[in-house]
Amino acid sequence: MKPRVFLGLVVSAGLLVTACSSISQIGTSVAVATGQISPGQAAAINQSAQAVQQSFQDFTPEQEYYIGRSVAAVILTKYRPYDDPAATRYINLLGQSLAMASDRPETFRGYHFLILDSDDINALSAPGGFVFVTRGLLRCAKSEDQVAAILCHEITHVVLKHGLQAIKKSRITAALTNAALTGVEVAGPSDVAQLTATFSDSINDITSTMINSGYSREFEVQADRGAVDLMKRVGYDPWALVDVLEVMKLRLKPGGNDFAKTHPDPAFRIEVVEKEIGSAQRSTTVNPERQARYEAAMAGI
Amino acid sequence: MSGLKRWVLGGWLLVALTGLAAADQKNMMSVTVEQAAVRATPSFLGKIVASLAYGDRVAVVAEKQDWVEVALPQGGDGWLHSSALTTKVVVLQSGQNVSQSASSSEVALAGKGFNEQVETQYQDESHLDYTWVNRMEKIVFSPDVLVKFLAEGGITGDQGGGN
Repeated sequence: MKPRVFLGLVVSAGLLVTACSSISQIGTSVAVATGQISPGQAAAINQSAQAVQQSFQDFTPEQEYYIGRSVAAVILTKYRPYDDPAATRYINLLGQSLAMASDRPETFRGYHFLILDSDDINALSAPGGFVFVTRGLLRCAKSEDQVAAILCHEITHVVLKHGLQAIKKSRITAALTNAALTGVEVAGPSDVAQLTATFSDSINDITSTMINSGYSREFEVQADRGAVDLMKRVGYDPWALVDVLEVMKLRLKPGGNDFAKTHPDPAFRIEVVEKEIGSAQRSTTVNPERQARYEAAMAGI
Repeated sequence: MSGLKRWVLGGWLLVALTGLAAADQKNMMSVTVEQAAVRATPSFLGKIVASLAYGDRVAVVAEKQDWVEVALPQGGDGWLHSSALTTKVVVLQSGQNVSQSASSSEVALAGKGFNEQVETQYQDESHLDYTWVNRMEKIVFSPDVLVKFLAEGGITGDQGGGN
């Protein structure tokens, strides 16, 4: 009986305290093995225990949106917007069309795209769907398909919540614990001050990753693979991503404060992309309407 | 272990589970976007039959690939993309739904946290300019316009794909 009392404690720890699904999983698997609970019950317990673990997935879509807005505002301190209504309209028509076909077409307030007035070769996407691309990067493209390739990479970062994952775990715990404690009352001034401090730190985590250190190589590989899949799904030529990367390979300057610093080498990315494209054939025809509207919209780029 | 003890332990586990999953009613989901257009068919081009707000709870009627058919509070039903729904309960800031917020999983989705109030304070402290963020947010094209854009460019789906 004593081991079972212990087991009960282990399971209850997994259930009722905030923490550890691995402990409860061990507990539940033992409980299933000894016939105390059914596999179905075990699954439910494990799911519940996992649900109380705090991770980036626990930010609500609304919180993700507010984080994204402020990350966007910080990006706009580094770069100024390129105020060309025709180009902005085009990039949004294209970007929103692509996002609609993504694995996550619905975010709290949708996807929005803005061109940045800079020669840097850079693109940044803030949580929730605020996507930025520089004129320098758009100049690496020669067709709509190639611009689509750039946007699909950024959309995939949003879909996979890579930005939120740059937030340090300690902040997530602080934010969500505070949220839990104040969840049933109106937040007082000290709660707001505390949350704002955590919010500010979270924004810094994301922007410093995005602007300075870059995401992990793994996240970039995921974004490139996701871009290829999304392009195939919508009907753009996935080889266009290779074409843009070939141009970037020539234009990125070592030590540059842009993709040169934050993204894997284009040659490596091309390998990843070609593998993902597989046997799909390169498109040999150019749709004249598509090329004409691309050239008209990007004339000033 | 005697049958009685086993029963007691099993009962205890069930009570614990019930406590955690209090509002996790079967087949209920919450809306995760500010305004969700509910459509007559499982497609972004389907006719809009209703609109749901962030946090609204709906009963799932059926699922088809990435689309979920839900029963509408006012009667009838319609389709939402699965990315506009979560199985978690969204607890709103105003204190709505709070009575349901028994479990930790729901509290993790509490509306308190990073919200408009926090952003306002952060704006005051950081002196960031949100003008262009607000302007950017207003650029919204309807699915009809987007589909027309793709069609006009001769993009018909899975052209270069071959997957």
